[in-house]
Amino acid sequence: METLERIIAEHSFFAGLDPEFVALMVGCASNVVFKAGTYILKEGDPANTFYLIRAGKVAVEVVAPQHKPIIVSTLEVGELLGWSWLMPPFQWKFHARAVSDVRAIALDGKCLRTKCEENHDLGYEVLKRFAQIIEERLEATRLQLLDIYAVRR
Amino acid sequence: MNITTTSNPMVSQPYLVREVVKETYDTFTLTLEPGTGANGTLFQPGQFSMLWVFGVGELPISISGPPSQHDKLVYTVRSVGQATHALVSQDAGCGVGVRGPFGVGWPAEKAQGRDVIVVAGGIGLAPLRPLIYEILSNREAYGRLVILYGARSPRDLLYRKELAAWARHRDTQVLVTVDYGGLAWRGHVGVVTTLFKYARLQPSRSTAMVCGPEIMMRFVARELEGHGLARKDIYLSMERNMKCAVGFCGHCQYGPHFICKDGPIFPYEQLRPLLEKHEL
Repeated sequence: METLERIIAEHSFFAGLDPEFVALMVGCASNVVFKAGTYILKEGDPANTFYLIRAGKVAVEVVAPQHKPIIVSTLEVGELLGWSWLMPPFQWKFHARAVSDVRAIALDGKCLRTKCEENHDLGYEVLKRFAQIIEERLEATRLQLLDIYAVRR
Repeated sequence: MNITTTSNPMVSQPYLVREVVKETYDTFTLTLEPGTGANGTLFQPGQFSMLWVFGVGELPISISGPPSQHDKLVYTVRSVGQATHALVSQDAGCGVGVRGPFGVGWPAEKAQGRDVIVVAGGIGLAPLRPLIYEILSNREAYGRLVILYGARSPRDLLYRKELAAWARHRDTQVLVTVDYGGLAWRGHVGVVTTLFKYARLQPSRSTAMVCGPEIMMRFVARELEGHGLARKDIYLSMERNMKCAVGFCGHCQYGPHFICKDGPIFPYEQLRPLLEKHEL
């Protein structure tokens, strides 16, 4: 049987993390399931969790006035959903919807923030990993903003 | 492969429009067949023709049909200006002047025995389609085929049925993404570079061929390098304002190169110093 400890240790996001830190993270983790079509998080709601996706696909959506929601990115197996729990004001900036049935590990952000404050080595490891993801998504967003396939006249 | 061209590359051959198929709201695929006095044309995947719309003007358009069919030429054209609009508005039976094929094609033979990574953005899938046909018709000569395709939105995707059919071939992975998706879209959303994390790559034995907007190719080449591909194994298809198509007029000069004659396909290692130059 797969234990939470093993799932977290084997997830690419936490690859190479000291087993002592993995054990600390397990104390903040739980298994969750979302049915296709349900919202995992909604813009403006308190951001107290992040998710390691184990199965399924998640759409990150922006709501624009007089327009149906626009999907700006999708996240799949092995990817991470949510970093607003890490920085004030701890509120979600987007919607995230399960496109298909989603299985994930939910990590309690409040719990993890407390542990990171208590143990700065853990905090540094967590921030390093989030910074990498934030950098990748920032680069992708910049490219997206260029609207490179649009007709230039 | 011997390429048949006219004795004078500046003289057009008469072709007739056989059909025009609407691919998307602004993109069309034209099939031309030789008219009286014109012979069939051999071409290499990645080469282009100069298409003369009588009374309107001449356009450089990449050939997007199978290289094995010599009795017809296929082009996928995005209708974005007067000349392209006139071209895709031709009725069956109308005449079009064809010069070429011109330029250096994709290094299909050099890639034999290796995995091939095809990365396309927008209309950039059209010049890569003959290469995909070539690989699929000679499947045992190549390793894995990975096709990564990005478009602006679901309604901009080209060749949807073919993409699905290609994905069913053995050792072939097709991943498609759009920059923005509506709620009905169930595929990937994100720029084409985000597909690399889902692609099954063997960098040391892969050759990559990339076509799309120049900025997209720059990011893709960087991503491929990051995954361990050597610069010499990455090829990009460049685009500039081509007029004569044989290196006489200089309209398409790009640093020391003429895109029409030395390209449009170049190894990345040759282009890299130029790609980051401002306003080149």
